[in-house]
Amino acid sequence: MMKYIISLLLGLLCGVALFVVALLNNPFVADRTLSPLSDGDTAVISLSYTAVPAKSIAFTNSGDARLQPHPKGIRLLREGTVELTDVMVTEMRDARGQTAGIGVKFSSRSERTNLLRGEALVDSAWYVHLPGRGSLFVEQSENYWQFIRNVLVPAYRNSANSWKGTWFGDLSAGPGALGVARATGVGGSLLGQSMAAVESLSVQAYSTDKGPVSAEGRLLIELPSAEPPSDDVAAID
Amino acid sequence: MFKTFIIGLVLGVLAMAGALYALPLVDQQREHSLVSVATNGGNLESLYINVPADRILARQPGQSSLLPDMLDWPGAELLQPVGVELYRIRNERGVVIGVASQNWEVGATSTDWLLHFPARGSQLISVQAKATLNGARRGDLRAGSREFANRRGSVAVRWVPDDSADQGVASGRIEMLTNYVGQVNRQ
Repeated sequence: MMKYIISLLLGLLCGVALFVVALLNNPFVADRTLSPLSDGDTAVISLSYTAVPAKSIAFTNSGDARLQPHPKGIRLLREGTVELTDVMVTEMRDARGQTAGIGVKFSSRSERTNLLRGEALVDSAWYVHLPGRGSLFVEQSENYWQFIRNVLVPAYRNSANSWKGTWFGDLSAGPGALGVARATGVGGSLLGQSMAAVESLSVQAYSTDKGPVSAEGRLLIELPSAEPPSDDVAAID
Repeated sequence: MFKTFIIGLVLGVLAMAGALYALPLVDQQREHSLVSVATNGGNLESLYINVPADRILARQPGQSSLLPDMLDWPGAELLQPVGVELYRIRNERGVVIGVASQNWEVGATSTDWLLHFPARGSQLISVQAKATLNGARRGDLRAGSREFANRRGSVAVRWVPDDSADQGVASGRIEMLTNYVGQVNRQ
């Protein structure tokens, strides 16, 4: 009798392991390799920011997550309604690496997350202020599944609990068509304009203890065709 | 025994698939929405921020004090006239329901507020710098996401000082009364 129970338990464990392997290698969940905004000659605003919390101006969350709040002494989001939320204030840089403005990002884990469909979703909102130019509100759902599959899992599998390499992926997964984010001009010369945007992430090093060690995010905002390109606007090749 | 192993294997796969399908991986805690209907249309909701208790971050142009003390504001000249404050935001019962950021630039005629409610969505409000006769500053909903995606309306923002607090420390609360109405075919 005992050997049947052990055999059943072994089978269960192997079944769970088999499922996890199949989930991580699900061929029906494709990696989006081409940005939906890279198809055309439209002018875009390209903004980059550090995706390492310790290098941002400020970052806070519940304090229980892998990403540690920064700087020291910043108040934590301990209340139940906001404990699954991250807040980041960061310097935004243009395509030439010059300071372009300030960005505030609120992101919360989404209840629409469904790993069976390869969706590890985060609902986020950006407020980007570009002095002398205007302000933007960007709303989006972000899908971190490819990041989990290609960076997080390999980092946990590594005996040093870290990952090094080059990974680049688009995070935006709606609500716009083709999975783009929706941007709205809320001030300055951008006021009232509806635009499409894509946020992407480039990671070079990741630690399971500290989170991203070397990583950069990028916001690409497609300007309406009437908007003339200016110095900080670059056309995508 | 091999059959038992295969049964276990299938059960393991099915159990994992069933669990991922049926159990929510993310379950945001919700508070009851305290929304009332305005006399001439629209939904009213009162939001509060207790200052300084709810302040998470403060960087005001021209002031040397920062919150938190260790905050390292970038040295770029472009960002010197920019002010940012982060807060927790409460509903009418005083329960924290979201986070907010107030953003402005020296000399601007308006201040932008980004409000984020994890279980509901986000809203971007532009509030005029100049107060009206009753002391409130009027704002407009410029954009929103999820629950607030197809709304339009206005906000009245009022600063209510706490006179009993220590002198020299700005203390009180920011009251926001939103009045939104649903809109069809906003896009």
